[in-house]
Amino acid sequence: MSGVATRRRLSGSPLAWLIWGLVIFFFVNLAGVIGSVVVSSVGERWFDTWLPTAGYTTRWYGEAWQEFGLGPVLLTTLEVSLLVVGISVLIGVPASYVLARRSFPGRRLLYLLFLLPILMPPITYGIPLATVLYKYGFAGNLSGVVLANLVPSVPFVILTMTPFIEQIDPAIERAARMCGAGTRQVFVRILAPLLVPGILAASILVLVRTVGMFELTFLTAGPDSQTLVVALYYSMSAAGIRAQQSVDAMAVMYSGMMLVLLVVALRFVNPTQLVARVKEDVD
Amino acid sequence: MTATLDRPPEAPRRSRTALRHRLAERGIDRQLLLLVPAALFVILLFIYPFLYGVGLSFQPAEGGPLAAYREFFTDAYLRDTIGTTLGLSLPAALLNVLASVPIAYRMRGRFRGKRLLTTILVVPITLGTVLTAQGLLNFLGPTGWFNRTLLSSGLVDEPVRLTNNYWGVFFSLVITGFPFAFLLVLSYLSGIDPTLERAASTLGAGSWQRFRRITLPLLAPGLATTFCLTFVLAFSVFPSAILVGDPSGTTRVISIAAYEAAYVQYDYALASAVAVLMGLVELIVIAIVLGWRALLYTGSTAGGKG
Repeated sequence: MSGVATRRRLSGSPLAWLIWGLVIFFFVNLAGVIGSVVVSSVGERWFDTWLPTAGYTTRWYGEAWQEFGLGPVLLTTLEVSLLVVGISVLIGVPASYVLARRSFPGRRLLYLLFLLPILMPPITYGIPLATVLYKYGFAGNLSGVVLANLVPSVPFVILTMTPFIEQIDPAIERAARMCGAGTRQVFVRILAPLLVPGILAASILVLVRTVGMFELTFLTAGPDSQTLVVALYYSMSAAGIRAQQSVDAMAVMYSGMMLVLLVVALRFVNPTQLVARVKEDVD
Repeated sequence: MTATLDRPPEAPRRSRTALRHRLAERGIDRQLLLLVPAALFVILLFIYPFLYGVGLSFQPAEGGPLAAYREFFTDAYLRDTIGTTLGLSLPAALLNVLASVPIAYRMRGRFRGKRLLTTILVVPITLGTVLTAQGLLNFLGPTGWFNRTLLSSGLVDEPVRLTNNYWGVFFSLVITGFPFAFLLVLSYLSGIDPTLERAASTLGAGSWQRFRRITLPLLAPGLATTFCLTFVLAFSVFPSAILVGDPSGTTRVISIAAYEAAYVQYDYALASAVAVLMGLVELIVIAIVLGWRALLYTGSTAGGKG
C-alpha cells in the first residue's frame, strides 16, 4: 500500500531503493520474529522443518493456561494495571495542572524531579526501591507491585498531561472563576470534561507501560502477585521441563493482549504526535 | 485556613495576610498544594529509596565504607560488566539513531499508508523485551527461519549462531529500539519548516547540500536527545540479556550483576553500589551527549531563525 505511493515519489535514486530495502528487511525479520512464535504455538510438533509437522492444534493454549495458572495471573495483571492507572491519574493530573499554568520558584527543579524516574533505567532505582519496600513489608504482594509501578507512571502522566493542559485556553477558566466557581468547581465542571481525551490517552499509555513493565514488577512481585510478563519470563528461564510450545502460546496471549491495548490506544493517540509531545518535555 | 479557625487578634492576622500576599506575588499560593501528592510521592518512592541505596552502598558488612566499590573495581567479573554494557548499548543506540535518519528523511512528507507504517512500528515497542526474546530464539535459532533461508539460498554451509550470544541481545535491542528512535526522529524532522529547504534550493543547493547544510544542523539537537533516550533503553537491558544472551559471559551486563548481588548473593551493599555505578555511568554518557548538543544548539538556532 505504501509501496505504490512512495515508488512514485522515490523512483530512480539507488539510495532510496537501499533505504526501502532496509525497511523491508526490518519488517520481514520482525514478521519472522512474531510469526515464528505464533506458528510454534499452534503447531503439534516443530523441530527441524519449515513449518510444524503433524498438524495444527490449539491444545497448547489450554495447557499454558492450566500449567502457568494464567487465570490468576491475568487477574493480577488487570488489578495492578488498573490500580496504577487510577492512582497515577489522580496524583498526576492536579500536579500537571499546576505545572502547566503556574510559574513559581523551584518549578524547573520540580520538573527535573519528575523527569528523573523516566530517564533512569528501572533496575537502577528498582533494586533500592525493592529493598525499601521489603523493609516496610510492602514488597512480595500486590501493594508493592503497584507502588513500584507508580514510580515511572506518575511522572509519565505528568509529562504527557502538562503540554495537553497548556493547550487549553486559560480564558475559559477565568470566565468560570468570574462566574463564581471555586478551584474545585473549575476542576470538576470546566477542566475535567476538556481533559477527558488527554486523560484517556495518558491512561492507555500508562496501561501499556504497566502491562509491559518487566523490571520493577520482577523485583517486587511475590509468587502470587506476578503479572503476565513476569510469569512469561519465569516460564522461559525455567524452560526445559515444559513444552516450548506452551511458552510460545503464553507469549502469543501476552502479545495479543498488548495488541488489543495498542489498537485501542491508537484510536486516541497518534504515535508521531505522541512522540512530539514527549520531545517537548525532554527539552 | 488557620486564620478562620483560631481567630487571632487583628495585628498578627494582617501580617499573615500580608505574608500570603507577598508569597502570592512570587507565585506561591494554596493552589500549589495540588503539587504536594505528586512531589511527596516522587520523594518517598524515588528519592528516598535512591538515597537509601546510596547510603547502603557505603555500609558493607565488612571492610570500611568503600569496600563494596573496591570489590566492584577489583573483581574483573564485576568490573567488566561496565564495558560489556557499553559495548552493547552504545553501538545499538548509535545504529538505531543513524539508521533512522535516512529512513525518516525519506518518509517525512505525507504519503498514503504512513499511519499504517507508524502503527506497525509501534508494535515492537509494545511487545517488550521478553516476547522479543522468545521470538528471536525461535526465529534466529539454528533451525529457525532465518538460518533456514540462509542455508537453502546457499549463502552459508552451516547455521549461523545468532542467539545466546552478543548478537542475540544486539538484535533484540535493535528490534525494540529502532522503532522508538525512528518515531522520535520522524517527529523531529516533521517539525522542521520545509520552506527552509525550498529556500536553499532556490539558492542552488543540491539535495545532498540541502540535507547537510540545512536539515542536519537543525536536526542534530533532536538526534542527540533521541540518542540519549535510546541509550537509556538499551543500557538497562536485562531480560533479553539473560534470555537470548550469554548471561555469564559475553552479555553479562551491569544490570545482571546488580540483580545477582541483590537476589542471589543477598549482598545489598554490593547491589546498591552496582546500581549507583550503573546510574553514574549512564548519566556520564548522557552528560557527554547533551554537552555536545549544547555546543550544536547555539549554532543551529541562529541559522534556523535567521
